[in-house]
Amino acid sequence: MEVTIVGIKWDEILITGDPIILGSQIAILLTSLGIIGGLTYLKKWKWLWREWITTVDHKRIGIMYIVAAVLMFFRGGMDGLMMKAQTARPEMSILDSQHYNEVFTAHGVIMILFMAMPFLIGLMNVVIPLQIGARDVAFPQLNALSFWLFFSGAMLFNIAFVVGGAPDAGWTSYFPLAGKEFSPGIGNNYYAISLQIAGLGTLMTGINFIVTILKMRTKGMTLMRMPMFTWTTLITSVIIVAAFPIFTVALALMTFDRLYGTHFFTVAAGGSDMLWANLFWLWGHPEVYIVILPAFGMFSEIISTFSRKQLYGYKSMVVSIVAIAVLSMLVWVHHFYTMGSGALVNSFFSITTMMIAVPTGVKMFNWLFTMRKGRIKMTTAMLWSLAFVPNFVIGGVTGVMLAMGAADYQYHNTLFLVAHFHYVLIPGVVFAVFAGLYYWWPKMFGFMLNEKLGKWHFWLFVIGFNVTFMPMFFLGLNGAVRRAYTYSAESGFAPLFMLSAVGSVILAAGFAVFCYNIYWSIRYADRNISSDPWDARTLEWATSSPVQHYNFAKLPEVKSLDAFWYMKKNNEGITLKDEEIEEIHMPSNSGLPFLMCVAFGIVGFFLIFEWHLLAAVSTVLIIAGLIYRSFDYNDGYHIHKDEIRKTESTWKKMEGKVNNHVS
Amino acid sequence: MSANVNTSLPLEYQTEQSRMNILGFWIFLGAEIVLFATLFSVYGVLYKNYAGGPTHQDIFMMKEVMIQTVLLLTSSFTMGVAIWEMRRNNKKGLIGWFILTLLLGAGFLFMEINEFIHYIHEGATMQTSAFLSSLFVLLGTHGAHVTFGIFWATMVIIQIAKRGLTPVTARKTFIIGLYWHFLDVVWIFIFTFVYLKGMVL
Repeated sequence: MEVTIVGIKWDEILITGDPIILGSQIAILLTSLGIIGGLTYLKKWKWLWREWITTVDHKRIGIMYIVAAVLMFFRGGMDGLMMKAQTARPEMSILDSQHYNEVFTAHGVIMILFMAMPFLIGLMNVVIPLQIGARDVAFPQLNALSFWLFFSGAMLFNIAFVVGGAPDAGWTSYFPLAGKEFSPGIGNNYYAISLQIAGLGTLMTGINFIVTILKMRTKGMTLMRMPMFTWTTLITSVIIVAAFPIFTVALALMTFDRLYGTHFFTVAAGGSDMLWANLFWLWGHPEVYIVILPAFGMFSEIISTFSRKQLYGYKSMVVSIVAIAVLSMLVWVHHFYTMGSGALVNSFFSITTMMIAVPTGVKMFNWLFTMRKGRIKMTTAMLWSLAFVPNFVIGGVTGVMLAMGAADYQYHNTLFLVAHFHYVLIPGVVFAVFAGLYYWWPKMFGFMLNEKLGKWHFWLFVIGFNVTFMPMFFLGLNGAVRRAYTYSAESGFAPLFMLSAVGSVILAAGFAVFCYNIYWSIRYADRNISSDPWDARTLEWATSSPVQHYNFAKLPEVKSLDAFWYMKKNNEGITLKDEEIEEIHMPSNSGLPFLMCVAFGIVGFFLIFEWHLLAAVSTVLIIAGLIYRSFDYNDGYHIHKDEIRKTESTWKKMEGKVNNHVS
Repeated sequence: MSANVNTSLPLEYQTEQSRMNILGFWIFLGAEIVLFATLFSVYGVLYKNYAGGPTHQDIFMMKEVMIQTVLLLTSSFTMGVAIWEMRRNNKKGLIGWFILTLLLGAGFLFMEINEFIHYIHEGATMQTSAFLSSLFVLLGTHGAHVTFGIFWATMVIIQIAKRGLTPVTARKTFIIGLYWHFLDVVWIFIFTFVYLKGMVL
């Protein structure tokens, strides 16, 4: 039965008929009702609005990013498990081919754009202003808008599979498959619109962090005294600004092709599908480095702290990340050697790709030399960093294999490639965000994650990861292709696929322990901890945990690299004298970023469903928000000396009774 | 954040927040350069794919394009004069030249919309061929920027009229100035690589 009122096919809005999706719909409904009911019952709506939704505090925005990222990790992980279940045995029928296509598309997009990116940006938000001794980012309200645009895009993308149909052309959404001709439903509109909205937020984050790091460093912190995480964030932000506009254009052209019948990427009327592949990877490859560089920065901080040594080869680290950033823009063709650009072009990109291994290798040796003769503490954060080194090297070396244009014809589109990028992204990014979370958790919340559960989390996750993805190298070399929903028994792939599926269960168990650890620590962890529980080296540890909203009563002065370590060793600048307390100016909260999130969500939703008139009309909401912002002259507020005195005395008093939480 | 006022600098640079906003906007313009560069390269790939539809020579109207160009380049000059008046602390002069700038911009926009209508009458729509898709989107993105700029500048003119020249209104004016000159630079590239090249080659 087809129901059409005002040109809208109402019966096609909700996806029906699939038991897994029906289950999800019920689960989403119940969860939403549970959250709404819970907030109402506990009378937390006002608290939620005042303390979180309208906040412009970089630390709270960071925490919201991280919460969203953990939820997205769960969603993307479930998609991964579904794929592993489907391919565990030959000719399984848990998912049909269409559903499988939707699942791997969602898995890719969510893990890269809605898990890895927000997780890293969340940690950047929490840590960077503290590391450079600032009280907030350069544009606090814009920062909130960045988060809410990401959130808007993420939510739009996530409802796709229950409302209207999920995108199914892969996370790369190659044309002509992703075009209207071969994907006539609205599924791929979700891809084009929701990533566009989230991408705008990311671009603003990039600009915000460049200005923050260039202009808001505290006295004495020259560029070459910046902590390595700050350096990598700066360079990452530069890559964001250089690469994301390309994606903006690519997605806009995709939208025009799908919604308004233009011919950028179509086969007919002179369009070029290869143009999409080029534009996508011109953004997509730098994107890989956008997620890996901050991770490198975190490992640098953690390895240095727990080796109790200054980072080895600081200057070469800086040169390496700049070199990686430059090279990241010059390698995009290696994603499609088999498109036949010719031997000369492929050779050029083979060489640039292999060159990336050089600065990356420099960094690897620097981390190893940092540990050499260090007094290493085996904390959970350090374990993740240690496991990163060999696992990432496997990913890197197979990457050099793939970089060779001629050899790539053998590996292209096989599970060998899939194993390779999981070996880069999981040890590189996922290990890093876990390490970072264990490391900075006390700074965010004033208590630690349980170290014992952390070790369970670590071992299950690392073993599970290797068991899942190592067999995929061999499957790929034997000819198993990626994105295929099943295979025959005669192929002989069955045992390795089964092993891989078993590994994914261990991996999932690791993630479950992680979630349990968060729960356990919130309930039972010791609140009486030092503001510097790891005996760390950088400025974020020079203030209280959790950090008071103005960050520093007195902005610290930096005299060397590892500023806080220097302050501790020389006993300089740690105490706060009463006459040094001054009124502090802070930005006011604002509900506008959240309202813009709603406005963008509404416009985006209408565009996805191709309800053009409604979309055009609701654009008024966005314009109204912009006008409101233009006339908004709220200049923030000042914190009184008394309040600062009170806040500072509470945490400085606690310093005496430090418990040992590390062992 | 609001502290650190340096009165020896021009009004728009006096507060630390203003200096950061201006730097941030320069970086944003960097992103805009990448955005337009991408659109230009898309046009560069597709500009000969007529798919049997109209070609450059069939549709371009060079006289009208010349008038558009003069209007927009003049508006960049008047924008410069407006900023100069702002530096002289002459509010009236600033608003006058600012409004003239926007009128020139609106004239440009009017011409461009007429140009689009003419193209569509000739049977050259966005859906006709890859060449026309890329042409419309490149020109349209620039035109949309001009439109946005006019509305945005109108907001700022109202604020100058109401609040006078303060560090905040001066900074907002200065930033729109940067934006406006940037659009002019993009137009020079469009004029050269789309219109001139299209007519000659």
